[in-house]
Amino acid sequence: MEALFAAALGILTASGVYLLLRARTFPVVMGLTLISYAVNLFLFAMGRLHTGVSSVIAEGAEYGDPLPQALVLTAIVIGFAMTAFVVVLALRSVGEMQTDHVDGQEPGR
Amino acid sequence: MALALIIALPFFGVIFPLLTERLGRSACSVAAGIAPLAALAILLSKQSAVFAGEVLRVKLEWLPTLGLNLSLRLDGLGFLFALLILGIGLLVILYARYYLSKQEPMGRFYAFLLLFMGAMLGVVLSENLLLMLMFWELTSLSSFLLIGYWSARSDARKGARMALAVTGGGGLALLAGILLIGHIAGSFELSRVLASGYAIRAHELYPLALVLVLLGVFTKSAQFPFHFWLPHAMSAPTPVSAYLHSATMVKAGVFLLARLYPALAGSEWWFYLVSITGLVTLLVGAGMALFQHDLKGLLAYSTISHLGLITLLFGVDTRLGAVAAVFHIINHATFKASLFMAAGIIDHETGSRDMRRINGMWKYMPHTAMLAMVAASAMAGVPLLNGFLSKEMFFSETLNLHMLGSFNWVIPAGATLGGVFSVAYSLRFIHDVFFNGEPINLPKYPPHEPPRYMKVPVEVLVFLCLLVGIVPAYTVAPLLAAAASASLGGELPVYSLAIWHGFNLPLFMSFIALFGGVLIYSFRQPLFRWYAGLPSMDASLLFERGVVLLVETCTAITQRLENGSLQRYLSLLLGAALVVVTLGLGPLPEVTGAVAMTPINGIGALGLGILALAALVTVVFHRQRLVSLLMLSVVGLMVALVFAGYSAPDLALTQLSVEVVTIILLMLALYFLPAQTHGESSSIRGLRDFILAIGSGVMVAMLVFAVLTRPYDSISSFFLANSLSGGGGHNVVNVILVDFRGFDTLGEISVLAIAGVGIYAMLDGLRLIQPRADAQGRNWARDRHPLILATLSRVLLPMALLISVFIFLRGHNQPGGGFIAGLITAVALILQYVASGVQWTQSRLPLNYHRMAGAGVMIAGLTGLGSWLFGKPFLTSTFGHVAIPLVGEVELASAMLFDLGVYLTVVGATLLILANLGKLTQEKAGQEVL
Repeated sequence: MEALFAAALGILTASGVYLLLRARTFPVVMGLTLISYAVNLFLFAMGRLHTGVSSVIAEGAEYGDPLPQALVLTAIVIGFAMTAFVVVLALRSVGEMQTDHVDGQEPGR
Repeated sequence: MALALIIALPFFGVIFPLLTERLGRSACSVAAGIAPLAALAILLSKQSAVFAGEVLRVKLEWLPTLGLNLSLRLDGLGFLFALLILGIGLLVILYARYYLSKQEPMGRFYAFLLLFMGAMLGVVLSENLLLMLMFWELTSLSSFLLIGYWSARSDARKGARMALAVTGGGGLALLAGILLIGHIAGSFELSRVLASGYAIRAHELYPLALVLVLLGVFTKSAQFPFHFWLPHAMSAPTPVSAYLHSATMVKAGVFLLARLYPALAGSEWWFYLVSITGLVTLLVGAGMALFQHDLKGLLAYSTISHLGLITLLFGVDTRLGAVAAVFHIINHATFKASLFMAAGIIDHETGSRDMRRINGMWKYMPHTAMLAMVAASAMAGVPLLNGFLSKEMFFSETLNLHMLGSFNWVIPAGATLGGVFSVAYSLRFIHDVFFNGEPINLPKYPPHEPPRYMKVPVEVLVFLCLLVGIVPAYTVAPLLAAAASASLGGELPVYSLAIWHGFNLPLFMSFIALFGGVLIYSFRQPLFRWYAGLPSMDASLLFERGVVLLVETCTAITQRLENGSLQRYLSLLLGAALVVVTLGLGPLPEVTGAVAMTPINGIGALGLGILALAALVTVVFHRQRLVSLLMLSVVGLMVALVFAGYSAPDLALTQLSVEVVTIILLMLALYFLPAQTHGESSSIRGLRDFILAIGSGVMVAMLVFAVLTRPYDSISSFFLANSLSGGGGHNVVNVILVDFRGFDTLGEISVLAIAGVGIYAMLDGLRLIQPRADAQGRNWARDRHPLILATLSRVLLPMALLISVFIFLRGHNQPGGGFIAGLITAVALILQYVASGVQWTQSRLPLNYHRMAGAGVMIAGLTGLGSWLFGKPFLTSTFGHVAIPLVGEVELASAMLFDLGVYLTVVGATLLILANLGKLTQEKAGQEVL
């Protein structure tokens, strides 16, 4: 399972990086979102992958690692705030520069 | 403390001339002289102790951890230099009173001069090398101000800039050298450094430290090839040249050679570097001096040559050589300062410094001429003058060398050649200026003697030249002995200061120098013609060109790296990250670790497969933005399922609700953006991005796999053990968020609130073109708020809110909590906006989301502060069980209040973002999409 997980994460990252390198803002935001998924899963995986363990304190139960979970939980929410910020920045850039190119001007100008 | 006062007095004295400037030039110069005079008195009061061989020290701790202390030291060498600095400084103050005209700001001049004097005293009296370096840099800075005193003149500005660039750059090298020495010796205190000379020379870093220190020395003392700044510094007022460029600043370099002699000298490195540099400088300076037509230019090159001589004496690395060097430092300071002053008088009275025009001055100013001729003879090394004595010592030292083997004759021959030129240019100074016919076309005619007191400083110095030259044993001997023994750090070698040593080889060399000099001078006309035919080498032009070239190169490199393309920066960044990770993973023998993999289960594999596939489809269809966005939402949902599958229900819930708001957000943004992306990347760029993407993916996959198959130890057992007893909650993730790591969470919700406010600010006043139709040219649907959705969403709202309260309340013990509850509430509210429009919703739900987000952060913060009331640290939580009738026992934890703050912030910030973005779409009535 670990190999599959790693492969899926690799594909997720590769997709994100490719989109991140595009010239228009919207694909870049999408790439950023994909990468933040990948990063969250990566951090989560640092606590190892456990199936069927208890997430709350119970008598005689086995537990996953709660610390990466707590970190990732806030990271998801902050990731949303960051995505929102970048999206609005992109909109503002369109409003001011009349282009959605990441450099704020159409190429060749 | 007297030592500190010697340095501090000139600094304090800076204000006196500034205050008295309006009272006239005499008052101003007297005021300027007070502080140095007092410092000189203090210095002289220490004379007997210093001459007895004592080393006076003061130490005040400043930054002891860095090895930087305010520690000072007065020994023979420091005494000699302090005496030169203060004594000649006072003479220069007197001289400048008459040199500067009424229109020039005299207070400023004296202020700069005193600043420089203080800095220079600091250099020679510091015990701590770092402290010395600070003063060293201060001399560079204050000399910049002094050289550029006539700031209206371009040559003054250029000369000042060049001097600062060269000496300041050398200062940086010196800093590095001193740090190395301090590292080797274990201390920056001179007494420690001087005592550990053997360890320093044996250390492997010694050559580097030596070269760095010598760079500082050679730039400051204008040694070849760094000598070019000194002639250009001649654009300074002549009192400045007399002070800085004869007696003090350029001597700082050779002072350091004398100071660090016991620590650094005594190696082949030292011998070759120092003596060859000195010899070359001696010859270049002497040769160039003869060809200068500018009076001060001649003196400048002669100074370079004499500094080369002193350097060479230190370089030959015999104890007697060092004594001769110290002696020549004294002699050169006296005759050169007086010569500069004489040159200044001539310039002042004739208005010119061109030796081709100034002739026959003997007739017009015999008194000055007499003084200048004596000083010039001392420079040439004529017997009965001080220059002769040190030059004889120099010649005899060059004969005692055996380091060069069969090339031993090179140094004495070079020394004699230098002597020949020295006689020739001294003769030129005397004959060309004071005799040689009548003056030609002078700006001021006829010239006459200067004011009486302008000559006094010259008289004093020339008198000293004679006194030392005739009765050395009764005048300079004790000072020289004290200074030389302090420099050598121990016993003095046997030497004699007698005028007559009998007929020997050094005397013969002196005779060669005298006759050779006369001979060369008599052939000067053909020599000048030959020199004029040489291609001109203007150092300032070369320097400026070098500076321009440097700036242009840097600009070109910067522009190549930073061409304004963000894509390029990003690819460089990613490429660099790849390289770093590759280097980091390189040492791993193999990727697979020791821990066995879990068996593959079908559902899990299917989920991961869909995840990967959806991510790929997102990329493949990224030109069709809506399709791509839909696939992105699939990825997000699969991520939530992965969390659920791997026993992280809190994460799954969060991811699920965040996914909803993210997709709504991106949909809204897409409304204003083109629906399609046109292909425009070149094939090469596409390939580069593809390779980077694949590289990153492979690297991440390998990293994850390597980690997952390796054994692992976590600090989580602490949280698991203490969650219930310490935090009162069964849901460890939630307890970590609101209790163990509450401070982190407080920071995070603050960021969330700030992001919301920032987005609000960015949307303020934003005007975007609203598309009337979609990408295929179809108009938007007329039915903006479908009735079924509106009706259903209104029914759903109370239920959704109820669920969010439930999720919130159980969060401490079951999956849930403030973050998730906040997101659920936000989603429920946004649904109302989507279904019924912004106006409709806000008129019925007049919530101020700014306040809500702010209140959330405040509640969380105040909850944390509340624990101070009970004398506990910030964010300490408490909990208890309360029995409520009918309901039963209920647990109440202060952490829940904190969680309430989290909840409010999440709701406030999320709606602040989405509602305001939605509002954009309804700038024109009836156009809203939300």
